[in-house]
Amino acid sequence: MELSFDAELDAVRQEVRTFLKENWLSGAQEGESPKAREKRFRQLATDRGYLYRNVPRRYGGSEQEPDALKAEIIREEFAKARAPTEFAIGPGFSLLTPTLLEWGTEWQKEKFIPPSLRGEIVWCQGYSEPNAGSDLASLRTRAELVGDEWVVNGQKIWTSQAYRADYIFVLVRTEPDAPKHQGISYLLMDMKQPGITVRPLKQATGKADFAEVFFDNAKTPADWIVGERGQGWTAARSTLRHERTSIRGLNFQEARFRDLLRLAKETMVDGRPAIEHPDLRQRLAMVEGYVASMRYSAYRQFSMELVGQDPGLFPSLRKLYSSNISSEMVKIARDLLDDDLLLMPEEIRGESVGRHKWVHTYFTSLILAIAGGSSNIQRNIIAERGLGLPRDRVEA
Amino acid sequence: MKFLLSEEQVSIQDTIQQVVEGVLGGRGIHEIIDGKREKEAELWRELGALGVLGAIIPEEHGGQGLGLLELALISEVLGYAAAPGPFVGHVMATLAIALGGDAAQKSRWLPKLASGEVIASVAFGEAGGKWLPDQWSLAAGAALTGTKTHVIGGMDAGLLVVGLAGGGLGLVETSAPGVNREALPATDSTRPIAKVTFEGAPYTALPEGAAAANRVVDAGLTLLAADAFGAGRRCVDMAVEYSKQREQFGQVLAQFQAMRHQLANMALEIEPCRGLYWFAAYAWDTKDEGARHAAALAKAHITDRALQISRDNTEAHGGIGFTWEYDAHIFMKRGMFNYAWLGGAPLHRARVADLAGW
Repeated sequence: MELSFDAELDAVRQEVRTFLKENWLSGAQEGESPKAREKRFRQLATDRGYLYRNVPRRYGGSEQEPDALKAEIIREEFAKARAPTEFAIGPGFSLLTPTLLEWGTEWQKEKFIPPSLRGEIVWCQGYSEPNAGSDLASLRTRAELVGDEWVVNGQKIWTSQAYRADYIFVLVRTEPDAPKHQGISYLLMDMKQPGITVRPLKQATGKADFAEVFFDNAKTPADWIVGERGQGWTAARSTLRHERTSIRGLNFQEARFRDLLRLAKETMVDGRPAIEHPDLRQRLAMVEGYVASMRYSAYRQFSMELVGQDPGLFPSLRKLYSSNISSEMVKIARDLLDDDLLLMPEEIRGESVGRHKWVHTYFTSLILAIAGGSSNIQRNIIAERGLGLPRDRVEA
Repeated sequence: MKFLLSEEQVSIQDTIQQVVEGVLGGRGIHEIIDGKREKEAELWRELGALGVLGAIIPEEHGGQGLGLLELALISEVLGYAAAPGPFVGHVMATLAIALGGDAAQKSRWLPKLASGEVIASVAFGEAGGKWLPDQWSLAAGAALTGTKTHVIGGMDAGLLVVGLAGGGLGLVETSAPGVNREALPATDSTRPIAKVTFEGAPYTALPEGAAAANRVVDAGLTLLAADAFGAGRRCVDMAVEYSKQREQFGQVLAQFQAMRHQLANMALEIEPCRGLYWFAAYAWDTKDEGARHAAALAKAHITDRALQISRDNTEAHGGIGFTWEYDAHIFMKRGMFNYAWLGGAPLHRARVADLAGW
């Protein structure tokens, strides 16, 4: 019997709690600015092996054995204590760092990874284009090698953090005559140059969290390419594989479910809390079935991957499963909000607050169903990679 | 930290699958639903010989001392094949005696139940969808008088564990005077059910029956969830296989994106259920404080999803799926049993909410 996680998880949890109690919930030094304190704490937490676990020590990480369940406990406890975790503005740590670790040259790793982990440089991602969304490999932004520089022309879209990023990692077409997947290269570029223009893009929520990025003879040195010419697609895909080893979506959905239970307790219907109504209890229990299924399936997936076993179908299902759970949860919230749905939420420092924040969540929960491969693209992936159905002509 | 099966557990599943396929292979299951039940008896003998029926019985009484997780893994395999027989009822009755019986009851019955020589079942259900110990109303005096219904394998069982008013358990031999059995027109003919009427039937009480009853029910819920997961997985496999063979408009169905997406949605509903039943069985075995909640959640969620997927599978096949000769309807009916027996999803979702303390 190897369903043995409870006791070990408890021990890890206790250890992390003690660390947080001693180093974050207390232990502030007199005269230290909040920023300096966060910096000092991040370093302590990294030294203890809690942060930047997948990054070698020589690049500023903590170089821990992969253990997704342990990593999840750490994240949970850090979140409860509101302690700083990995520097998360932009995809520098989450997407670029694993790609550089696998594909980058030594100088690229040394130059870019440490300051990205410290938050000293912020990255944005240049993948999607106006005519290359689900069909990303048809992208047309082109780069030509002129002397010792790449010259880039074209346009990217849906670029989060573009207005504040120092650098961009971008997929460009460098081999126009090669088949579409083999003509793409992965370049790193400085955003602060005359050839790059950023135009904010207002979203359905009214905010402008992402932007269009225009390249007009923008330049980057010849050796700022990650992997070889024409390997960009493979390098970018391997990043998505790294993404799978994160369990973050799971933690996120469980936290949202607890929030939903709180909303159901606080909302009064016919003179008593909504959560006491049998029909709502049915709906909540139905969602809990999905949330718990996702949790134990993720535990199983990560346990199997750690010992080199094939977890089968579930990895290809996870994103769509999670999107669907969000969709069910916001439908329940919608019915609890009732006429509060008619008002946009108040914001404090850019964060929606109060029960109206669910109006915001109703919209933003769609991001998961769209970004990083829409739900119908996920169904294609499940059909092809999960169920082994013959390839669709258009998926070739 | 691990959440995965041991090699032994994986090999138990493989072995049982081979045995089941060996007995039922080809159209064996159709023989059974058409009333020729020789292969059901053969499978029962094989399962007894392999030690499956006594897997959870302590070794001192002729069993293997394994856990509910192993039984649930077996249940998944039986569900995948729509294997006939009163497995879930027999295991529940066995557990009731192992957990609630006295030394004499255990040594008299457990070895015979482990070998399968005597078929046992549970008589828990009462008219009006009353399945749970706190709902039982069959009065237990000096003898039993009253009616139990939907008793799985009731016509074949030699021994019944009967749920009594107050939540206790009694042991009745079906050959005893005052035990009248009537076969019911069961939806799922792989697991026939009966009504049992007691008219002053002699019984012996299980001394620790009241303490064991909820554990027995939770085990049953988990086994049904595992069976439903197996049956649901089979439905996805059937639909996928069919879509690769059937051609229309000059190409196989699997090449139509509409069909590919339907199949993806089916897999999406079923595959993640695996971890849910594993956890319910694990929680039962370790007497985790969340065990009751986990069993109710697994039963409600998985049997609900699997019944829907058995319907989707039939639809994905078109006309052929709606014929008696094809397997699809067998799994819809299997799914209905899993959904309804021991109470449907609404009952157990209400319990999930209560047990979670909402």
